[in-house]
Amino acid sequence: MKVTADIALRIADLTKVIIPEAEMDAYLEHYNKVFDYADELQKLDTENVEPTTYILPIYNAFREDVAVEGVTQEVALKDAPAVYNGGFKVPRVME
Amino acid sequence: MTKYTTVIGLEVHAELKTKSKAFCTCSAEFTNVPNTHVCPGCLGLPGTLPVLNKQVVEFAIRAGLAVNCEIQKYNKFDRKSYFYPDLCTNYQISQLDKPICLAGHIDINVDGEEKRIGVTRIHMEQDAGKLVHSGATISTSDYSGVDYNRAGVALIEIVSEPDMRSAEEARAYLENLKAILEYTDVCDCKMQEGSLRCDANVSIMPEGATEFGTRIEIKNLNSFRALVRAIDYEVQRQKEVLEDGGRLIQETRTWDDANGVTLSMRNKETAEDYRYFPDADLVPVIIDDAWIERVRAELPELPAQRQARLMEQFGLPKYDASIIVSTKAMAEYFDEAVKTAKDAKGVSNWLLGDVSAYLNNEGISISEFKVSPANLAELVNLTKEGVLSSKLAKKVFTEMLKEDKSPKALVKELGLEQVSDEGAIMQFVEEAIAENPQSVADFKAGKDRAIGFLVGQIMKKSKGKANPGMVQKMLKEKLQ
Repeated sequence: MKVTADIALRIADLTKVIIPEAEMDAYLEHYNKVFDYADELQKLDTENVEPTTYILPIYNAFREDVAVEGVTQEVALKDAPAVYNGGFKVPRVME
Repeated sequence: MTKYTTVIGLEVHAELKTKSKAFCTCSAEFTNVPNTHVCPGCLGLPGTLPVLNKQVVEFAIRAGLAVNCEIQKYNKFDRKSYFYPDLCTNYQISQLDKPICLAGHIDINVDGEEKRIGVTRIHMEQDAGKLVHSGATISTSDYSGVDYNRAGVALIEIVSEPDMRSAEEARAYLENLKAILEYTDVCDCKMQEGSLRCDANVSIMPEGATEFGTRIEIKNLNSFRALVRAIDYEVQRQKEVLEDGGRLIQETRTWDDANGVTLSMRNKETAEDYRYFPDADLVPVIIDDAWIERVRAELPELPAQRQARLMEQFGLPKYDASIIVSTKAMAEYFDEAVKTAKDAKGVSNWLLGDVSAYLNNEGISISEFKVSPANLAELVNLTKEGVLSSKLAKKVFTEMLKEDKSPKALVKELGLEQVSDEGAIMQFVEEAIAENPQSVADFKAGKDRAIGFLVGQIMKKSKGKANPGMVQKMLKEKLQ
């Protein structure tokens, strides 16, 4: 698969990143290196290989269901750029 | 006009009754004070790591077994990425391709017809925060305040197969599912408060077709009534679009309960693309047979089993039993009352009749009902023993609603004991005969209806307290 400028702009849009036009070629080169590597991996025969989702031999790291006091509202909102009625103030979410 | 078949699938989110959140130790209790059940973890601050609450897995297994699912031994969590301020990590921890439960079912009964609705899957995930909008609606608000108290609270999402064919079937499925979640005590199922939420996927196809039509997802269904109304509205809307030669587009719509319509929801994001990938901060969960079997052995009696028991043990009709078991609190009330009641059907009649009417009227649930099961049982017994006529029993019941007193005491207090004394009744009978010669003549001339008038007169004389059975019998004997 070849990453085109259209695809790159779509990814940028989804991830809220701006790709300046002047840097597009550099981004495309970077993306395509990743995809080329993925293409290499696709060539491997994985017929009898179990899918791996986690590489360390650890599982079932649980905690017991005990509630602990967190932070106060004052602390929670201390670094918020703006506050509305005890909440983090955010701009319009729907068009 | 083309005939259409409706196809419905439901996605139900249930907040689990854990004390703490799914991946951090904050309290999962509801509170009205914003951002007070939060910590660096659920606020998405750098340097924090999620650790799974074991009780979440326990509850998910329990719910899964209760709806006949197969519990999956290997579980992992994935990140569902999206930019929306209700989660400050910009992703929700969920399960994509390895959900904890697969392939279950729930049986429903609509108009006497049994039907099995498939449960595709149940997965564990975290809830999002709550946005309080500055304006009247989300679209007219210039800004919103975000409260993260709910962010990170444990949820299970129960996804059904598209097996339902009418709003009534969807309602029955949701009612049964809700009862199961209540009985298993994994969720408090308060739809109005949002601890149980339902989205409906609705499409229509020409009758006899095999390929489903374009699927529309409806959100914001927070009552059974809203579910039924929204589906009925949406089916009609889709028919009209197709009949006008239009095309339906796959979209998400929101139910506007005040206006009784579904509205298109256009998010700023372009088409959904959640870019799921495994959450490497969380290790896999492996559930062994011993764990599954222990949970299975600890499962409480479920609604279907309870219904069968009420029918067998107390001879209740299926209809009565199905209504009593539909909420756990009602079923427990019944079980408590029949411990001392001498007539189980009598208890059922009260619960389905006057008690339900009162609860609906007051907008409360049976757990808030003042009359104790023991006192309701006593009322049933007084009627059964002939101390109270059904009319007077209703009068006593009205008094019990004011104060949960023993009906026996109330009967005395109000002087309502039924008169079963032959001498006293005979006096009323004789008076009535003497005062109403025309009715007596009518009866003797073969007009059976005249006896009803005479009985009425006698009851009036006794202020409703004469035993009606005895009145009938003695009056007839006297007239013969």
